[in-house]
Amino acid sequence: MPGLGEILDGKGICICAGSGGVGKTTTSAAIASGMAARGLKVCVLTIDPAKRLADSLGLKELGNEAKQVDPKLFEAKGVEMKGELWAMMLDAKATFDELIARQAPDEEARDRVLNNRIYQQISSALAGSQEYMAMEKLFELHTEGRFDLLVLDTPPTRNALDFLDAPKRLTQFIEGRSLRVFMKPTGLAAKVAGRGASVALSVFKRIVGFDLLADLAEFFNAFSGMVDGFQARAKRVNQLLADRRTCFLVVCGPQGEPIDEAVYFHRKLVEAKLPFAGVIVNKVHYPAEDLRGDGGDLPATLAEKLGDEDLARRVEKNFGDYQALAERDARNIERLAKELSSRAVIRVPHLDEDVHDLAGLAEIDRYLFATSEERVAMAAGRA
Amino acid sequence: MACGLEIPLRGYSYGHPLFLPTLEIARNHPIPDLLDKRLVFVTGKGGVGKTTVAVALGLRAAAEGKRTIVCEVASQENASRMFDHAEVGFHEVEMEKNLWSISIDPDESMREYVLLQLKVRAMRDMLFRSRIFNYLAAATPGLKELVTIGKIWELAQLDRKVKQGRKYDLVIVDAPATGHGIGFLQTPRTFAAIARVGPIHSQAQQLDRLITDHEHTGTAIVALPEEMPVNESAALERDLRDEVGVAVDRIYLNGLYPERFSKAEAGQLEKLAAEQDGAVRAAARAAISEQNRARSQRAQLARLRRRVEAPVKTLPFLFEPELTPESARRLSRRLD
Repeated sequence: MPGLGEILDGKGICICAGSGGVGKTTTSAAIASGMAARGLKVCVLTIDPAKRLADSLGLKELGNEAKQVDPKLFEAKGVEMKGELWAMMLDAKATFDELIARQAPDEEARDRVLNNRIYQQISSALAGSQEYMAMEKLFELHTEGRFDLLVLDTPPTRNALDFLDAPKRLTQFIEGRSLRVFMKPTGLAAKVAGRGASVALSVFKRIVGFDLLADLAEFFNAFSGMVDGFQARAKRVNQLLADRRTCFLVVCGPQGEPIDEAVYFHRKLVEAKLPFAGVIVNKVHYPAEDLRGDGGDLPATLAEKLGDEDLARRVEKNFGDYQALAERDARNIERLAKELSSRAVIRVPHLDEDVHDLAGLAEIDRYLFATSEERVAMAAGRA
Repeated sequence: MACGLEIPLRGYSYGHPLFLPTLEIARNHPIPDLLDKRLVFVTGKGGVGKTTVAVALGLRAAAEGKRTIVCEVASQENASRMFDHAEVGFHEVEMEKNLWSISIDPDESMREYVLLQLKVRAMRDMLFRSRIFNYLAAATPGLKELVTIGKIWELAQLDRKVKQGRKYDLVIVDAPATGHGIGFLQTPRTFAAIARVGPIHSQAQQLDRLITDHEHTGTAIVALPEEMPVNESAALERDLRDEVGVAVDRIYLNGLYPERFSKAEAGQLEKLAAEQDGAVRAAARAAISEQNRARSQRAQLARLRRRVEAPVKTLPFLFEPELTPESARRLSRRLD
């Protein structure tokens, strides 16, 4: 089983996907710092509004521009940094505004869109626009070619797949057949004004009010000149996602539900013909399966060695609790490995301290980048 | 004990309540208390156990004799899964005595909402067959979230709008994960701003008033005892309070490890781990891990208490491979 070093060899883009609360942001940062330490110029992008990445990289704040993490910070933690680590937090609204500015035929058209209240809502609040803008930014950075590797931490959607559909959903929203209906002289703008309004439209107007409908009509009108540009770009973004230099890593936890989601996500990626590269399972409980039959006289041995029966009982009880979790994790991971038919499953142990700084990232990297033999040895050492 | 604020439930409580000056207590003390409210949003980042806490709160309220419904949004069906129940869907399904569950689907909410507006089923169905209506409904930003909150409002009415609607004493909402969470609660205000006139404008304003009504509506934030989740929960509390204007009544710090070993005992176990191998060593290491985690989590608990205004309550980590209805029941007895 390869370590991440081999998996990412020659890749230009690494997309980390998974549901919320599984350590995706931390894992993305660890992957990026690990590859940077190995000599690449890496940029990690996060969409998380919670500034977690900035926290863990020792950056005060991240913005829509990439910032370099001070290599001295790594040296201070005893990590040799051969390459460069950059990070940025996606500002969906700013990215969307830039995109409009780029696609608009002239300044007047640009301002009409930027000032439209529907656009302002869509660009900052519409579900899917964050995800779409992440893809957009990824595409932009990739095209610029400033970095050897881009690591994308996908947003904490409830459904890990949302971001894959995002470009499609959003382009469907601003383009297509329905939009053209509105653009006709007898289209929405005219209908809103009352000429030839259909029953459906007048009922909708009755519910949401004239103003909102007028804003929608204005928005679609303002957008009409950019539809082709958006479509072409969305197509190129999709090509980039399917490129052989792109890879998807699924990040999950060892409990039943996250593992189910990882299995599902893997299937969806394969169905969509996207380059799936492996699963990283975080917070795995060791020790371990092979100690199961070994503890027959454990209570007695513990009591004898510790000279304290009460403590021995508590240690044994605690060990039982940990073993139950370790066994559950092992079962779940086995199920996952079977589903992936021996493709990479990388386990990162449940560390005693939670990871939130560069030292923690370096600790995680030891597991992510280890070969499988090294990982087994380290796990045994921990256990 | 800080002035009777921290009454440990069934004599069980982790950590030490932070002593607050009297004024602080007056401001923080949720009036009326969390489960005496009519509507409670359980929020927090992904993976912290929002569903578990929402269900536990529901069980607790039901046990106290309150007719309670737990609502899920974004069709996750986590609650019904937890009860080993078939998917509940857009129906109010009884899970236990006094406890119902519903999964609020935005499309169904939209259909119900439009019917309530138009009153005539045939007209509603005609509308939903119209392509232009469906397109506009999908294109209007925030409309789905708005009708979802509208359905929550409807459930919380004593005079239900739907025919033969059951009356609930308490509506608990398993809210979407943070990031989208504040946006969700802000939807009515945002919507009232874009739809400046018309019935939906005034309805959106009405929903906003409901959400920000501190007497009847509250929120509980679920957090984990780790560095970044603690930071995020503190930021979430601030945003909910200052930006949304909602009452934050509780912060539940979930998954707190018990303090099973003292520092001195950990030292003894370190020695044992160094000398032994096999199961003895593994058992000693597991105990040391437990002690490390329990200790660092208590530091996080203290940090959280320093950084937030709402009362922080803890929920124990359950050493159980998978959570069952019984786990939620046990947690419900530990809630305060």
